[in-house]
Amino acid sequence: MSLYTDKVMDHFENPRNVGVIEDADGIGEVGNPVCGDIMKMYLKVDGDVITDVKFKTFGCGSAIATSSMATELIKGKTLEEALELTNKAVVDALDGLPARKIHCSVLAEDAIKAAMVDYYEKSGREMPESLVGFEPHEDEH
Amino acid sequence: MRVYADNAATTYLSKTARDKFIECLDNYNGNPNSLHSDGQRTQEVLDEAREIVAGCINAAKPNEIYFTSGGSEADNQALLSAARGLVKKGKKHLITSNIEHHAILHTMAKLEKEGFEVTYIAPESNGVVDPAKVEAAIREDTALVSIMFANNEMGAIQPIPEIGKICKEKGVLFHTDAVQAAGHLPIDVQAMNIDMLSMSGHKFHGPKGVGVFYARNGIRLVNVIEGGAQERGKRAGTVNVPAIRAMAEALKEACDNMEPNMKRVAALRDRLIEGLKDIPYSQLNGDPVKRLPGNVNWSFEGVEGESLLLHLDMLGIECSSGSACTSESLDPSHVLLGMGVPIEAAHGSLRFSLDIDNTEEQIDYIIEKVHYVIDHYRSMSPYWEDLLTGKREHCVPEYWNGNK
Repeated sequence: MSLYTDKVMDHFENPRNVGVIEDADGIGEVGNPVCGDIMKMYLKVDGDVITDVKFKTFGCGSAIATSSMATELIKGKTLEEALELTNKAVVDALDGLPARKIHCSVLAEDAIKAAMVDYYEKSGREMPESLVGFEPHEDEH
Repeated sequence: MRVYADNAATTYLSKTARDKFIECLDNYNGNPNSLHSDGQRTQEVLDEAREIVAGCINAAKPNEIYFTSGGSEADNQALLSAARGLVKKGKKHLITSNIEHHAILHTMAKLEKEGFEVTYIAPESNGVVDPAKVEAAIREDTALVSIMFANNEMGAIQPIPEIGKICKEKGVLFHTDAVQAAGHLPIDVQAMNIDMLSMSGHKFHGPKGVGVFYARNGIRLVNVIEGGAQERGKRAGTVNVPAIRAMAEALKEACDNMEPNMKRVAALRDRLIEGLKDIPYSQLNGDPVKRLPGNVNWSFEGVEGESLLLHLDMLGIECSSGSACTSESLDPSHVLLGMGVPIEAAHGSLRFSLDIDNTEEQIDYIIEKVHYVIDHYRSMSPYWEDLLTGKREHCVPEYWNGNK
């Protein structure tokens, strides 16, 4: 069996939603170059709906694939629905990740949460309770 | 186009070695320990292999060659023999470098747990160990110095004759892990004062699962595998004659053609180095001259090695990376970090290990595709964006300056 599933390889080869949103309503960045992965997420929000999402990622194949899948899973969803996104949902949508790559999916979940925190702070809307005091996970290194 | 550029991981089996392997399977299926005709005919084939291997490294006698399961077993046996053999004489100190293969480093760690002291010498920034530092580390109670012949990741060739001379003068045993060097660089164990040496068959177009442990006569050896009296009682287990004889054939072929091969492969290596050096914020790791003929190890800032490797594989190019994501640990290559390459640059490293079957056309293809993947992944890297905007600082110069 190869290291990655076909879905992971598909999202690695053809990542969805790569890029930046110039007038983004929320931007989140997690990770650092010492650990070898950084994800940056851009959100465009209209009312309660995430109308657009883009990402840039520095990292391995699974970091790119999990970023791509995470953007797909929240694009067009409501803020409330996006808040429900877990790293496990990203892993499942990719038909699984090797054990030592699970932290990539945690990074993807955190990047989206960080972008949402930024959105709530910038927009002045009331921060949902689950995002209050949000801290990204320590990057494994 | 398909380009295999991972010959430091393994080489293909040469046709002559394959033919020899099959010939042995068909005709020499006896157990060399048996006294009957079949056994004795097979014993002759084994003797022949031992003589060939001894000749290739200029061992004084064929009986100084022990066949093992590979380079790792040979490394283990060399270190354990020196340590456990000399501890009775009060010698409990060992010296090595921090860029060795894990077969050395993990065995050293095991010996440390047993109470031995180990000094790990860091190489200079070009990846080459300074012999003066080895000499300075030698103490009254030093049992062994173990320094690899050439590094598997960044290709630096170590000053083996100099270190051998120092060890001889100081009366310290000298072992070298020559897994990457055997069949690729000239080795003369007598002239270089090498007491023990390790080799692996599949790194020079022989079969996998077979290797060589050279130990000069007079060194008391400790067994790694106990059992029957094969290999002069120093390595038990029924001898794998077809693999051994095929390995010997591959080594002979490599040594017979060494000079033209080195010249040809080094020219390909230098063509690749020339072709990559216009990529900004990237560098060659390891000495550009004291370098294995086929090794090119390059770091690119702002990108991560595993994604580069996977994309190059999709484009038909097989290579390796020293990034954390390609290792079993969370850290990038201990070799690159050990020689002082910044961790950010170690994450973005690629190793191409070339060999006699590579062509200039393939090198040009690698150059083109590496430029493409670097541009591609930098364009989607927030780290690269930060480097461009000055939000983060570069850790390698804009253009590689020849490691000067």
